[in-house]
Amino acid sequence: MSEKNDHSNCQCNDSNCAGEVDEVELRRQFLHKISTITMGTMTLALFPATAGDGSDGETAGGADLAGGNPADKESRPVYGFLVDTEKCIGAGKCLTACRVENNVPEGNYRTWVERYIHFKDGTVQVDLVPEEGFAGSNMPKVDPESVDRSYFVPKLCNHCEDAPCNQVCPVPASYKSPEGFELIDTDQCVGCSYCVQACPYGVRFINHDTGAADKCTWCYHRVMRDEQPACVEACPVGARLFGRVDDPESEISKRIAKIPTQVLKEHLGTGPKVRYVGISEEVT
Amino acid sequence: MPETSFVFPNDPHVPWSIMIVLYPYITGLVAGAFVVSALYHVFHQEVLKPVASLALVTALCFCAFATLPLLLHLHHPERAFYIMFMPSFTSAMSGFGFIYNFYILLLLVEVWLVFRPTIVERASTHSGISGVIYRVLALGVREISDRSRALDQWLIRALAIIGIPAACVLHGYVGFLFGAVKANPWWSTALMPVIFLVSAIVSGIAALILLYLFFSWRRGVKPDADCVRSLSRYLWGSLIVAFSLEMLELIHMAYESSAEWHVLSTLLTEHLAFSYGVVQVLIGSVVPFFLLMIATRPKLPPWMMNALSGLAGILLLVQVFAMRWNVVVGGQIFSKSFRGFVEFPLHWGGREGLVAAGIILVLPLVALWGASKLLPLWQTSES
Repeated sequence: MSEKNDHSNCQCNDSNCAGEVDEVELRRQFLHKISTITMGTMTLALFPATAGDGSDGETAGGADLAGGNPADKESRPVYGFLVDTEKCIGAGKCLTACRVENNVPEGNYRTWVERYIHFKDGTVQVDLVPEEGFAGSNMPKVDPESVDRSYFVPKLCNHCEDAPCNQVCPVPASYKSPEGFELIDTDQCVGCSYCVQACPYGVRFINHDTGAADKCTWCYHRVMRDEQPACVEACPVGARLFGRVDDPESEISKRIAKIPTQVLKEHLGTGPKVRYVGISEEVT
Repeated sequence: MPETSFVFPNDPHVPWSIMIVLYPYITGLVAGAFVVSALYHVFHQEVLKPVASLALVTALCFCAFATLPLLLHLHHPERAFYIMFMPSFTSAMSGFGFIYNFYILLLLVEVWLVFRPTIVERASTHSGISGVIYRVLALGVREISDRSRALDQWLIRALAIIGIPAACVLHGYVGFLFGAVKANPWWSTALMPVIFLVSAIVSGIAALILLYLFFSWRRGVKPDADCVRSLSRYLWGSLIVAFSLEMLELIHMAYESSAEWHVLSTLLTEHLAFSYGVVQVLIGSVVPFFLLMIATRPKLPPWMMNALSGLAGILLLVQVFAMRWNVVVGGQIFSKSFRGFVEFPLHWGGREGLVAAGIILVLPLVALWGASKLLPLWQTSES
């Protein structure tokens, strides 16, 4: 029933009716205030969302984003990562280098190496290479006669073009740097773990020292100092190659142009930027 | 091709605990209870009048504690409000603060309007602490003339109408959070929000039947037979829809047999065999289906109807909890390598332990008991 009808149907005496009108007016004002507060809160919420999208030089673990001027966007370098499983020997040097460089807590991994063994009977065995490396470790021994082929697969963050981890982050904690690195602002992270769930590659984890999500940054802080990522530098056989893929003269560009490469879980459409040489479809 | 077990090294750290099982369970009870109140206030199902106010207050009491499991889960609960003040709108989760606050505000206003005549009356007649409480609850508005009550009724109906899509959003959103994770084949389905929503209605009606029977027993009165029968019919219908959708989803996955089906079939047959096969399907769905089929027969003696409906209500509350469990836990115990499984950690103590979970489930009931002392849940202002 509308308020207008209420007035026209009013059967009470004048004084009571006046009291009711005041009452109705008071309540209308009360409801109006509530709606104003609600809208105000929503508006307030909108502004920081645009201000804190991470592209304005937010920091990852305190590292300053060098060259953060948006005007330079077109001239910004485009980086890529190539993993050559035909070269990897499972030395584990990259694992130690990463842990030391990035202070990764025990039990969590920013990068790891898997050993794939394809047996002649069609079965596939996958194991985790320990940090001390394949040689001399307690990794399961197999009969060489039964093996069809085997190789090591280093894993790390793919810094996807359309990163689902970034998409699901409810606050501006997960963000893409101007250079295309997927980074985490640990000061903003609420620790909801939604990004951990959303990453198809299992590279994210909650760092219990910081209470925030953590993952491989491709050693962004080193790259901004014109250094190679720690894992790349530590690899004794050059199985990990990092560099500018927008420069046709760079080593990584030449390798990618020369040999066929693959990405992981391509069907998910995340646009992973780590390319692999020599993996089979069993690698997930 | 046969394969040996292997899990990604970060996967053993299961990120979402039992608190994330509780959160959709509690919001489901909220949405379901609200739907019952809307059936009366919006769709004029007069037969549900005895439980209309109870439904609304139940929704409010559960809604009031819905954020508690989330706060206990967050590694940085002190930053919880970032989701409202700095939302990243690409994330479905960023809608939480707005949806939740809108909904609880709506519930608060509607409950206040429904009980306003009683509050105003008791603000004048009661003295001492209870008088102070009622005077505070009156919010300074002491007018209860016919005309103001007519406006109240109009607002109650308007809020109930708005509340229906709001309840659907509140809970459909929870299902969407899971359904939109493409990395997880156990979650990634567009049916997920619908399944969550319908099973939420099941849990809400089941809880109301039990609460109504319990409060009637405590008050020493006979429950309204037509009301219980009607609730049981709604419960039966909702169960049929929910169970059909759940089975449709499962059959679809199995029939499609996508690349990940090998891990999902192992998940179902080995890791969730009891919680899914036995609890969710057999005891939680098939048995209540037959119980409610009998309970809704018109000529059944009321005591038998109450017993069967009550038993079905208990089983369905367990079923919906099992459904949430199977979604949340099931989606996390297989590795994203799709080659192995991990253990789901359960502890008694701690912030995310079983004791904390139990307390969270009891708190809304304590609040409801308090509300029943404060407000006339059985003699609504409309009567």
